Order: sequence, then structure tokens, then C-alpha cells
Amino acid sequence: MRTVLLFAAVACLILGTGFLQSWNSALLILNMGLISAVMALGVNLQWGLAGLFNVGVMGFVALGGLAVVLVSMPPVGAAWQAGGGGIILGLVLGAATIVAAVLVWSRTSGKLRGWGTATVLLVGMVIYRMVLDPSVEAVEAVDPALAGYLGGLGLPVLLAWPVGGLLAAGAAYVIGKTALGLRSDYLAIATLGIAEIIIAILKNEDWLARGVKNVIGLPRPVPYEVDLQNDPAFVERAAGFGMDATTASTVYVKLEYGFLFAIVLVILLVLAQLALNSPWGRMMRAIRDNETAARAMGKDVTARHLQVFILGSAICGIAGAMMTTLDGQLTPGSYQPLRYTFLIWVMVIVGGSGNNLGAVLGGFLIWFLWVQVEPIGHLLMSLITAGMADGTWLKSHLLDSVQHMRLLTMGLILLLVLRLNPRGLLPER
Amino acid sequence: MDFLNGIVALANFVLIPAIAYGSQLALGALGVTLIYGILRFSNFAHGDTMAVGTMVAVLTTWGLQGMGVSLGPLPTALLAIPVGILGATALVLLTDKYVYKFYRAQKAKPVILVIVSMGVMFIYNGLTRIIIGPDDYRFADGERFVISARTFRDMTGLEEGLALRTTQVITVITAIAVVAALFWFLNKTRTGKSMRAFSDNEDLALLSGINPERVVLVTWLIVASLATVAGVLYGLDKSFKAFTYFQLLLPIFAAAIVGGLGNPLGAIAGGFVIAFSEVGITYAWKKVLGYSLPASLEPEGLVQILSTEYKFAVSFVILVIVLLFRPTGLFRGKSL
Repeated sequence: MRTVLLFAAVACLILGTGFLQSWNSALLILNMGLISAVMALGVNLQWGLAGLFNVGVMGFVALGGLAVVLVSMPPVGAAWQAGGGGIILGLVLGAATIVAAVLVWSRTSGKLRGWGTATVLLVGMVIYRMVLDPSVEAVEAVDPALAGYLGGLGLPVLLAWPVGGLLAAGAAYVIGKTALGLRSDYLAIATLGIAEIIIAILKNEDWLARGVKNVIGLPRPVPYEVDLQNDPAFVERAAGFGMDATTASTVYVKLEYGFLFAIVLVILLVLAQLALNSPWGRMMRAIRDNETAARAMGKDVTARHLQVFILGSAICGIAGAMMTTLDGQLTPGSYQPLRYTFLIWVMVIVGGSGNNLGAVLGGFLIWFLWVQVEPIGHLLMSLITAGMADGTWLKSHLLDSVQHMRLLTMGLILLLVLRLNPRGLLPER
Repeated sequence: MDFLNGIVALANFVLIPAIAYGSQLALGALGVTLIYGILRFSNFAHGDTMAVGTMVAVLTTWGLQGMGVSLGPLPTALLAIPVGILGATALVLLTDKYVYKFYRAQKAKPVILVIVSMGVMFIYNGLTRIIIGPDDYRFADGERFVISARTFRDMTGLEEGLALRTTQVITVITAIAVVAALFWFLNKTRTGKSMRAFSDNEDLALLSGINPERVVLVTWLIVASLATVAGVLYGLDKSFKAFTYFQLLLPIFAAAIVGGLGNPLGAIAGGFVIAFSEVGITYAWKKVLGYSLPASLEPEGLVQILSTEYKFAVSFVILVIVLLFRPTGLFRGKSL
């Protein structure tokens, strides 16, 4: 009952935006709300179900975005000719170096172990750089204004969503393998670090996804507005609803995106609910509530943690791919931990950790607030500064600071919910 | 001669910057490690505590400069540090009273406190950006160099110059003084000993009549002071920007963990390990190698292992290595 009421309330908020502001912004909030809900589901799986503290959501989301470029963009032929083979060879050599180092480490002992591993790593690094660097330079020199990267595989963009999940899962495996099984704080710090590094790679490795030059014009799974406006049949139907063609086409495209996202969300939600109520879900919660007891019952705690950590991160990767598809561009400069990690955490905690529906609700609600806090803050600041003379230093400073109100508001919401209602809006059952 | 030039180049581009940066990291890591030892959680708001303290100091510096106060060759900001410490202390004590105390009384799990500190981090970050703004601010004044590269070249006749900036000297001197004071306090005074006892075994400390609230209060005082000093030194050396201070969280935590969380000596060692690796791995070694190797072996490329954009990756990789091979850190952490 409470669930239905709360979801109805959020629906009213979004519908209200539609009536009061415009349907386009309402649909925009809805679409990003759907994506946020998917991300929140992923984090809820890790935190709500297993008690794992992942502060690197941003990194997994960005990997999903990278997947969209790698899968859907057409390959840049000239760049592949210039250095594609070299880059692939370099990466393979780099991976081989690490494998060799691990082998040396595990097969030898004594003095040989340390020195041997170090030598393998050093020699491998030198060869890797010797192969990779010239190819990278060659690729980045190919038409740098428009390309300068290898491009993607030219496959349908929807395929990028699962691939985004796979990429994120791979990264999660590496992190989980090192940091799980140690203190809970270590996982937090390790994930915080990997997220920053993934963003740094996206920003600086131009051959991969053009770095800060951004990849724009990603293929879309839905028709373009312009095509719709030129389609007489569509214009006629729009007129039937009493809308002009431009508005109708933008609304239609957003609706179609929303439909796609909703399908993903529903599938994942059903799977998450099934998992939650399965023996596996009960075991996860048992581990979360008392690790020692679960271990005594013969459960492999670290392996289960690794499993759920990978699953949750994969979901974040899928959401990241969906978001980049919606944006139609990959802009590594726009990834900020506040927006992509901590906001998702606020969603999960406000919605109710451990409850999948709660996470989804939190996703919609907090995204709505995130979008609307700024106009509200602006209004508030205008009221506060109304009495001041125009052009004074304080007034303009206060008006400028409105954009930073979000940080303060989100922090305050998080602290208040943790203090007053730690179980969230929809508590775990 | 080539050999001397090589050493000078090494000192100029690697040793001196790394020592200054290491001192700043060490002071930051000490704060993290103290919180961990006494309050038993990883304080994610530490970077932003540094930012708040530094912000107060920056504003005070600007005020002092406006009034025409100056320290001559030394940066005016040194005078502003006490004000910054006051500001940071007031803020963390308020936070403790209204936020952390509740969870302490509840004996909440450490991970809950970590999440709470994340919320606090948001708020501090927002405060900093609202009050001073999100941009880059410089507030260093006074004499820029103790020895400039040109003077050094004229003095010694070497090809390579050695620049020693005032801020670097101040950083190292201040860091040594602060660390000495801290260790004297922890080892010699009654309050310091009670803190160490509390960190070692909380129940035993409570039984022997140590007042926990007083220990916590003193810890926050020390942490706020350390954070402000570290922040002001870093800001003097580079510049003040709210986001940079948030990003410092990673190397600071890496330093604290590498040294062993909860171990002050380890925090200092960790700070220098991280700083030297970061500077060493992102420095282009061509010049130094050119001087030290025979001409036939002189490298063609820059011999830069990683570009400077990846400096955070260095602290991260070191962190991962330590977690894999020695999770308790170099100095066996967990007690003060």
C-alpha cells in the first residue's frame, strides 16, 4: 500500500512538471529517472543485499558509456591501417606481461621471486611502450579534428548495453579480487580510486574514444526528430492530437527512449526481486547480517561478495550505456563523482536499502529533486537577495552560488535520512 | 661535471618537489589515521575539511593583504593559519556534536560512519564552493624563491639550475615542527597517552577512567589543525581549488593505508612513499639519464613511465600492491 502511494506521488510530481513546465522536460526527467533507477538497483544489490560499499559507481557508468562508442560507432579505416594492429599487439603484449609476472611470482620462490617478477614487469613494460606508443601517435594523427581514434565496430547500438555491463563486470572482477575479503573501508577506497582512473583513461587515451574531444553523433536506436518532421504521415497524426510537428517529434522520440529504458528496468527489477527472494538472496542477507555465522555455516563469504559485486557493477555499466545512448555523445569531462556516485547512493538510502522497489523509487524521486532543486534554490536566493541593491558584491555572489546548493542539499538529505529514517522510504521486508 | 648536473637536475625536478608534496600528504594522512585510530572509521570528509580550513585561511590572508599586513619575504598566509585552524575546528566540532555523536552513542557499524562522513563531505564541499567559489585561487605572496635557478647557475657554474621555492622550504620546516609537536604530545603528555590508550583498547581505557568525550574532542582539535596546516601548505605550493582538495583524498588514503591505518609513523612514511612514486613515475627521466649514462646509451624518448594525468593511478597501484601483499600496511597499523 505504502509502495503504491509513494510511487503514485512520484508519478504526480513528474506529471505536475508536465502540466506546469513542459512535457519535454517531464519526459526528460522520466527518462533519466528510469536510468537512475537502474543504477540504484545495481547499487542496492551491492549495498542492500550484501552490505558492500561501492564508491566507484561513476567508473562503471563511464565504462558503459565507453561500450557505446566501441560497439556502435563506425570503424575509422584509415586509423586502423595507420596503427590499429600495433595498438592491439601492444595491448596483448601488456596483458601478456602481467600474466607472465603473475606466473613468475607463483612458480618461483626465494630471491628469484622478487627480482624475477620485477625484471619481467620492467622488460614487458619497455616492449609494451615501444610497440604501443608509435601506433597511438599514428592513430591520433589521422584526421584529428574529426576522428583521431580507432572508432567502433559499427554494430547496432542496443548491443552496446549488455557489452557495457560486461566491461563493468570485468573491472569489478579486478577490483573485487584485490579489495574484497579485507576491511570494508578498503573496498570503498579501492573503488573510489578505480573510478578516478577510468575517467583519467577516458580523458587521456585519445585513440580509444577521442578523450576530451568527445565522441558526438552516436547512432540512435530511435528515429531522428528531423526525419519525423519530414514524414507527412507523422505530421498528420501529430495534428490529430492537436500538436505541432516539432513538439510532437521531440515528445515521440523521448517516449520511445522511455519505452526502451522501461523494458530494461522491468527486466532487471523482476530478476532482482527473484534473486532477493531466492535461497541465494537469503544467503546473501545472512552473510550481510552476520558474516561470522555465515562462514561457520560453510558459506564462502568472499566468493559470494565477489559475485554480487560483479553483478551490481554490471547493472551500473548497463545503465551507463543507456545514458550515453540517450545523450548521443560520450563526454568524459562531464563525469563527476558527485553526480554519478554519491547521487546514486542518496537514491538508494533515501529509497530504502535492501528493497528493490525502494531503490527504484529513490531513483525517480532524487532525480526529480536533483533537477528541480536548482530552480527552487534560485527562487529562494532571489527572495533572500530581493531587499539588496542591485549590483552589490554580496548579491551577485549569492546568486552565483545557487548552482552549488545541490551539493549542500544532497548532503543534508543524506544525513537527515540516515539519522531520522535509516531504513528509507520503503524499508526492507 | 655531467654527474653533478645529473644530480642537480634530479634534485630540482624530483627530490625537492617530492619532499614538499610528501610532507603535505603526510600531514593529511596523519589526520586520517588519527580519526581511524580513535573514532574507528575512514573519514571521507577529510579532504574537504582541509579545503574548509584552507578557505578560511585564504579569506583571512586576503583580508590581511587588504589591510597592508605582510611578513616581508614570507607568505602572509602563515599569519592566517591560526584563524583557519579555528574555523576548521569550529566546523568539525559542530559536525561531531550534531552528526557523529549520535552514531557513536549507538555504536553504529564503521561502514555507516563512512557513509555519514560522505554526507558530511558533500556539505563541506558545498560550503566551500558557496563561500569562496569553485575556481582556482592563488594566495601565496612574499619572496617566491629562496634560490632561483639562475642564481644557482651563477653561483656554481653548472649547466643545470636548482630552484628552491620559499613555499617548499616552509612546507618542510612546518611539517617537521608539527610532526615533532604531535609526537611529543602523544608520547609525553597525559592527554596524549590517554588517546593512545583509548586507541589500543577502548574498554580498558574506559575502565581506567579516561573520559571518551574528551579524547574525541582533543582528536578533532588535532585533526582540524593538521588538516588546515596541510591544506594551507598545499595551497601555497600549488593553488587552492575545492575540487583538487577532494581529489587529494585518494593519495592521502593511499598514504595512510600504505603506512598502516591507525599508525602515525606509518602515515608519514606512507606520505613520502606515495609522493616519491608519484613524482618519480610521472617525471620524464631523459635529462637525468642523459647526464648519467654514456652518450651512446642516451635515451631517445622522454623516458616518462606515465603521463602526469595518471598521477592518481600511481597512488592507486601502490595501494593495490599493498592490499595484495601486506593488507595491514608497512608498519602494522590498527593501533596508535
